Amino acid sequence: MKYLFLIGRNLLRRKTRTFLTFAAIMVTFLLFGILMMLRLAFAGGVELANVSRLMMTNKVSMIQPLLLSYNDRIKATPGVASSTYSSWFGGIYKDPKNGVFEFAVEPDSYLKMYPEFQLPPEQLKAWLADKQGAIAGEDLAKKFNWKIGDTIPIMGTFNRPRGGDNQTWQFHLVGIYTGDKKTDKTQFLLRHDYLTDNRRGTQEEGITGWYLITVTDPSRSADIAKALDREFENSDFETTTATEKAAMQSFANQVGNIGAIVTRITAVVLFIILLIAASQMGLAVRERTNEIGAMKAMGFTDGLILTLTMAESVVLAALAGFMGLALAWAFGTFAAPTGAFLPVFFFAPRDIAIGAALAVLLGIVAGAMPASAAMRLKITDALRKV
Amino acid sequence: MRAIKQAITVTLISLYTIPQRLSSAAVAIVGIMGVVVVFIAVLSIGEGFKAAMTNAGKTDRAIVMRSGADSEMSSGLSGASVDIIKQAPGIKHDGLVPVGSAEMFVVLNVNRRSTDTPANVPLRGVDTTALAVRYDAKVTQGRMFTFGTNEVVVGRQASGQFTGLNVGDTLKTGKASWNVVGMFETGGTVAETEIWCDVRVLQGVYQRGNSYQSVLVHLESPAAFDTFKDKLGADPRVDVQIKRESDYYAEQSTGVTNLIEGVGYVVAALMGIGAIFGAWLTMYSAVVTRTREIATLRALGFGSMPVLISVVGESLFLALVGGVIGATLAYVGFNGYQASTMNWQTFSQVAFGFAVTPKLLMTGLFYALAMGLLASLIPAIRAANLPISKALREL
Repeated sequence: MKYLFLIGRNLLRRKTRTFLTFAAIMVTFLLFGILMMLRLAFAGGVELANVSRLMMTNKVSMIQPLLLSYNDRIKATPGVASSTYSSWFGGIYKDPKNGVFEFAVEPDSYLKMYPEFQLPPEQLKAWLADKQGAIAGEDLAKKFNWKIGDTIPIMGTFNRPRGGDNQTWQFHLVGIYTGDKKTDKTQFLLRHDYLTDNRRGTQEEGITGWYLITVTDPSRSADIAKALDREFENSDFETTTATEKAAMQSFANQVGNIGAIVTRITAVVLFIILLIAASQMGLAVRERTNEIGAMKAMGFTDGLILTLTMAESVVLAALAGFMGLALAWAFGTFAAPTGAFLPVFFFAPRDIAIGAALAVLLGIVAGAMPASAAMRLKITDALRKV
Repeated sequence: MRAIKQAITVTLISLYTIPQRLSSAAVAIVGIMGVVVVFIAVLSIGEGFKAAMTNAGKTDRAIVMRSGADSEMSSGLSGASVDIIKQAPGIKHDGLVPVGSAEMFVVLNVNRRSTDTPANVPLRGVDTTALAVRYDAKVTQGRMFTFGTNEVVVGRQASGQFTGLNVGDTLKTGKASWNVVGMFETGGTVAETEIWCDVRVLQGVYQRGNSYQSVLVHLESPAAFDTFKDKLGADPRVDVQIKRESDYYAEQSTGVTNLIEGVGYVVAALMGIGAIFGAWLTMYSAVVTRTREIATLRALGFGSMPVLISVVGESLFLALVGGVIGATLAYVGFNGYQASTMNWQTFSQVAFGFAVTPKLLMTGLFYALAMGLLASLIPAIRAANLPISKALREL
């Protein structure tokens, strides 16, 4: 403890240099934080997915439909606890760039399937009472300044409404759902029965997009998924059922390996900062050569000199690193660029811990060579210099 | 004149002494190199994607979809509408036959080679005039499929990125099975990620009756687009939107390209700030170690401006070295790297090669020099204002 003052004085000896190193490390860890948040945003669906939910899609491709009539057969399959269905609606709110993603769902069973979507009971009641009603996620509502009671015009791209101009759907916003920061709060949910009503008499009347299924015993998920697919084998609408996590993983793979790209960038960034920090510590030790010699002559042991030099490096890296992580956290909390493509954007506690550990590790590695050089310094050599 | 001579001399001295400060100089070089590599690599993804999309669009072709549809995927046209569309003025004719292809666009689950997980590979049903409309497509292996059969031709990229799409393979999806009889190329554009089959066969498989999703027409000339659009757009019998194919693909590419570029610029900017601090540190310690030398030069009568220029010059030199190494590494490591990603509008895969363009390389070098300049300013001013007597006394 008593050496803390010494470490502090040493760090402040060359203020400009310490400041520059500090700033470089801080920016690096701010970037680390942002990269980790990006990675999570892209892979988020996978990491946050629920393993006990199953997702059933058309075997040919997930954009091919399934039959609404499958619901009863799914429910009757042994091991299935509950099921619900959802359809990609594909509408545009004012401008395609707004990227509003709408899904047609069956309100009651869908919200039971996704307990993380929190909707006040009176809003659910209002939704159940109004076929034309829809609910929006908190983030989405905030983005477009929607209030409960608003009528939201959505232009259908492939789904056409009956009446009006045959193109623009009018939804009554009856609720706004909330959820914790891991929850996608950018969705727009409308009633599937309203969509089906508008499809009466067409080929699309009896179809839906995909099913979501919970099982009574999650350890038997794989068997139940197989049993479900067997149930619909050789029909016109064959199915593929997998855990939500597996489905999300396969979907993330379609976008590309963002995780690998981000990891590589992070490695490059950390390597550069390591060089900067190590070079700064090397300089610090070199210019203090005779001072270290004097300290040793006064009785400072080699071990103590090693510890002091290491501590200086670690203190600097850790302080700067934590500061950068804190800035990243603040960015994720107060200025998250959430939208359709980045439904969740936050700094996961696990990533914060990894960042903190990396900051300390950076200090240790950067200090290792200079500190061991300082330790090995012979008093006679050190004092002869200059 | 003398000042210039002095500046050159002092700059040369500082460059000659770099080897003595090699480890410190390496920090600046490696830092800037790293930023340039990442900057160029990330943006080359965007450039490659954009090229695959925009090169696909020709100005003398137009795509007709139902109004309101944001892509072929969400469009739908009846057989009757297709007949009307094909009679519109402005379309090129081959004898009496209008060169227009009524098409269907669906996606199939085909496993990606790299991950062995399913990907949405587009299957396009095309008309008998397909190769006349898509004049940029050449069948380079095997042969064109025979209309009326379940034969298909696959794009070169699709064949490379996904499993089971070689000539001679049979592709099974649901109850249908498709025989791959040929492979086509379109010069690396998005079409190469597609599989093409007879649209009438596809209508049967998907139970679509006589309905299509889009019509792609070959115009008499790029200028004929206006006539075509005005006449067809005003026809009350059809409810369609008409886009020049080049505009259509440009629109499709903006979402992904903007996202990649946004991420690229943010990452490069933050990394750049870090690298500037690193290079600043290098220049700062260079000035500190050369304090005596600089003071001696000043005492000999060298002006402060040449000293300032020498520090900036050294920094720019280091930045240039870092930039050139970085740009070379990025070019060697990433140019042409094959990947595929999702086009959100059509919900289907687009295979493309990373494109490290000359413009990107120049931007990377320019960025490196900008970092070098910013990093050197304060140390340079400091060196120029060094009080001679105090500096000579130091050490």
